[in-house]
Formats: sequence, C-alpha cells, structure tokens
Amino acid sequence: MTVTIARRLALSVVVLVIVCAITFVIFFAVPGKPAELIAGKYATPQTVALIEKRLGLDQPKPLQFLRFITHAARGDWGFSYVSQQPVLPTILVAFPKTLSLTLGALAIWILLGVPVGILSALKPGSVWDRMAMVGALVGISMPAYWIGLLFLRLFADLLGWFPLGDYEEIARAGVSGWAHHLALPWVTLALLYAGWYARMTRAQMLDVARLDYVRTAYAKGLSRRAVVGRHILRNALLPLVTMLGMDVAYLLGGAVLTESVFGIPGIGGLAWRAIRMRDLPMVMGTVLFAAVFIVLANLIVDLIYCALDPRIQADA
Amino acid sequence: MTTATSVSIEAGDLEASRQRSALADAARRFAADRWALAGMVFLSLLLLLALGAPWIATHVLHASAYRLAMMDQIQVHGRPVEVVSAEGVPVGPNVRFTLGADLIGRDVLARILYGARISLLVSTLGTLLAVLLGLAVGLLAGFYRGVVDAILSRFIDAMMAIPILLLAIALASVLRGGSVWTVVLILGLVNWTYLARILRAEVLSLREKEFIEAARALGAGDRRILARHVLPNLAGPLLVFATLSMAGNILLESALSFLGVGIQSPTPSWGNMIQEGMGFYTVAWWITLFPGLAILLTVVSLNLVGDGLKDALMPGSRARSRP
Repeated sequence: MTVTIARRLALSVVVLVIVCAITFVIFFAVPGKPAELIAGKYATPQTVALIEKRLGLDQPKPLQFLRFITHAARGDWGFSYVSQQPVLPTILVAFPKTLSLTLGALAIWILLGVPVGILSALKPGSVWDRMAMVGALVGISMPAYWIGLLFLRLFADLLGWFPLGDYEEIARAGVSGWAHHLALPWVTLALLYAGWYARMTRAQMLDVARLDYVRTAYAKGLSRRAVVGRHILRNALLPLVTMLGMDVAYLLGGAVLTESVFGIPGIGGLAWRAIRMRDLPMVMGTVLFAAVFIVLANLIVDLIYCALDPRIQADA
Repeated sequence: MTTATSVSIEAGDLEASRQRSALADAARRFAADRWALAGMVFLSLLLLLALGAPWIATHVLHASAYRLAMMDQIQVHGRPVEVVSAEGVPVGPNVRFTLGADLIGRDVLARILYGARISLLVSTLGTLLAVLLGLAVGLLAGFYRGVVDAILSRFIDAMMAIPILLLAIALASVLRGGSVWTVVLILGLVNWTYLARILRAEVLSLREKEFIEAARALGAGDRRILARHVLPNLAGPLLVFATLSMAGNILLESALSFLGVGIQSPTPSWGNMIQEGMGFYTVAWWITLFPGLAILLTVVSLNLVGDGLKDALMPGSRARSRP
C-alpha cells in the first residue's frame, strides 16, 4: 500500500509539472514581450530591458521554467505583472468566494439530482420518469451564462427578490446576506449538474438492478424496499461519488461563466482577467491551483479504489 | 502462405457480414427511438435554415448594418421600417422583425440563422479535429502500450487537469484573430483528451481478444490489424462520442464567443449575440433570449441523437438515459 501511495504521489507531481509546462509553452508562444506590457506604451528599450532583467525574463526559457517550478514547489508563485501583488495570496483571497459558490451549488444539485434520478429509476417509463428526464436533458443543455442572465432578469430585475449580482462576505453581511447574494448563482450552477446527476443516478440504478445478485436478493424473499435500499442504491451511488469528487475539484478551480455573469470575484474571474492581460505569473498560478485540486481528487479516488479492490495494485 | 491469406479473407468476410447485420440491428433500434428521431428532424431543419439563410432573410442588412452603426430606420423593399422605438429602444418582436431587432437594427432572426451556420460549422469541424487527434493518440497509447502509453497518458492526465474553459481561453488569447478557423482549432485542441482516454481503454481490451490474436497468428501486421480489426470495432464509440461532443462544442463555442474570445462581431455567433445584448437585457430581452433558445434546442437535439446512437450502437453499455 505504501509503495502504491508513493507511486501515485510521484505520478501526480509529474502531471502537475506537465500542466505547468503546457501553460508555459502556450504563453511563450504569445507574440510580444511581457516586459513591454508591464513597462507601458511609452517605455524606452532600456526600461524594458531593465524589467526583463529584474524578472529574469532575459534568461533562456528552459531556465526560466526550471526556476518557476522550483520556486512554486516552495510556495513562491511569483508576483502579478499587472497588480504587482504576490500571486498565491491573491488567489487565496479569491478562493473563499469560489468555495462558497461551489459548496452551495453542490448541496442544491445533490438534493435535487440524486432523488430525481432515484425516483425515475424506480418507475422507468412512467410519466414522472419522462418528465424528469426531459428536465434533466434541458438542464445539461443550457448555456450556464444564459440561464444566469434569465434568472437575473426575472428574479432580480422584475421581481426584485434577489440582488443584481455582486458578492457579500459572511463576516460583513451575515449568513443570510451571503446566501441571499449567492442564491441565484447557486441555482444557475446547480441546474446544470443536477441534470447530469439525475441522469447518472438513474442509469446506474437501472444498470445495477439487472445484475444477478439483485435477482438473488429478490429470490431469497427480500422486500423491494430492502433490495433497493441495501443492494441497488448503495452500489449504484458508488460511481457517483467518484464523479462528485472530480466535479467539485473542477469547480474549485473557478466557474468562469457563472462568476462573470454574477460578478463574483472568485478564482474563475481572476484566471480569466489574467489570461486576457497576459499576466503570466497569475495565469500559471490559477491554472496550477485548479490543477492541484483535480490531481488531488484523482489521487484520492485512485487510492480509495485501491483500498477497496486489492487487485488494482498489481497492474498500477 | 496462400492458405493463410484465404483463411484471413474468409474470416474477414464473416466478420464483415456479422457487422452488417449488427449495423442493421442498430439502425432498427435507432429508428424506433422517437426522441432521437425528433432530434434528427430538428437538426436537419436547422441545417436547411442555416444553409438557406441568404434566401430566407433577404430583407436584412445583417452585415452592412454594422457599418451604418445606429439607425432609426432601414429600407426594406424600398419602404422605411422603424427599427428603434420612440424611446430609443430597439423594436421587439413584431410582424416585420419576427424575433425583434438588435441594438443597431439588425434582425435577430436573421442573425440567429447566420449564427447557426457559424455554430454548426465550427462545432462540426472542431469535433472532427478532436476525433482525429483522439483517435491517433488513443490508438498509439492503447496498441503500443509501454513507454509510448506512459508518456501519452501522463500528457492526457495533465491536459485534463486544466479546466477546459481556461485552456480554451488561454489558447484563444494566444492564437488571437477570433476567426472561424482559430475557434475550430481551439475546440479540437481542448476536446480530444477525453476521447483518447476512452479509445485507449477500448483498444487495450480489444487487443487481448481472440480474433486479434488469430489475425496475428495468421501473419497480419500491425497496420492491417489496426485498420481491419481494431478500427471497425471503435466506430460505435467514436460516433457516439462525436455526437455528444458536438453538443459540448456548441456550448463551448458559445461560451468563448460570450466571453469575447471566440467568434468576433460583426460575424454573428449565438454566443456573441448574447454577449452584445447582455447589457440591455432589461429593455431588450429578445436579443439575449432567442439566441440562447437556439443554443438550448440545438444542444438538446444533439444530446437526444447522441443518446439514441449510444443505445443503438452500444446496447449493453448503459441503461437508457432518456425518456
């Protein structure tokens, strides 16, 4: 087990280094020097050269990359070219907003998607099932930013139930003010995922219900309730937990569209602005930050599977 | 040597005939699926409307209005038509402008039709590029395993660890331009990883099957095995993936255009139409509502067709996920 964990950890680090390399390569393909961007329109070549020297941009690219990697590993993610602020603390300031958005949406989509999927799977082909699956299909097919705009128009602008975007800290506005500001973004984000989870739950349950041990369970005289609860549901929901880990990890890296429609100053907006401004350290920082969550989620899922099924270790 | 060839031809024929009947079964299953057919009908209609846009929306100056900037009136068949109401707001849906006019007096319906051309073209070509890349990498990694697989798999892991929208935005800002081709390239480059991973797993299991072993024993080379025995077995997953991924590509293209890094105005795209109307959705809701509905209906249709294909081509794989 220890060997497996060590192997997986090493692989995760390799993947993170490749993520940095991909980002680095993409951004050094950009025409124009970052130093020119920092120096401004009317800077003399001397100023540009000075800035390049100070930031180490005059050194060979592989050396710059190596320096970035070693610094990043020690927690020094550099300074933004645009705001001159350190990257990691800036990201950590934005993170609670993204976390708030993700966790609230998560609660809604699980409470909505999974029960709908279960009820559908219990009566496949029924009117309820048809309606629910049409709803789920619409949910996964909507552009998130568009439904966000519709919600703003309807619930904020016309009805005035919710504020027009913006974000409130818990510390300042209290839990109710915080939730009041986040309600529309939560629902917007949750509808999309609720659709996926309803479909997945239903498909998983129907898949498991066809298996032999389920027939055995019925044959030995268990009630439908017991079979569904103890045998079908438990096994059907296991893959959903994997999916959940990955989805949450993705969202913690920032929900660019939802954040931008509702004006939430989270990681997504930070990354989006950084990319537009060619702020390489901030881009590297936000991409790396997002990737860490995804790689971590992968690692945890892998290890859980290893623990559950010893056969997997052999061919890891 | 001669015997070996004749045997392999017979085996190939047998397999071909089995595939033909499997295909007929699949076609029957698909034809019985009313939801998938409805999706097909909608997509065909949309395609016709998109192709026929210049004939359907004849009276609209959809590109030239851009140069004329803000206008109160435009000439339609020699008669002036109001495009901005007395309050200075674009006219909403009426007899002349079925879905209303946008901020500079362009017909929203006409722009949606022209936008359909862009959206369908971009997402189809983007999907095609992703399929080619995913197929190449999936085959290489799955068939040759070893070091090739290790390197490609880590690269795929890394690509998949970068949130897809961020990757797309990053590529968009590097490639700039915002032309149709740039967006095609972006969609292809960010979407192939998932397919590559699925195909790799399929190939890994296929290459251990008896019929591959038999072909190899009969002296078939790698290229022949890949082309005659592996590829035909991947056609189902490929088609299903391509359809579902096209749905995703329509959404992704619209998101990029909405964020201002996809298709650039004045070329209409459903995403940039929503973005242009976004600031005015309180007074001119039709500018944002209708392009969004177009996206929604198209993506729903593609998902219906994709689900239908999945049930038809990969029967045992999943319980039907649709009504």
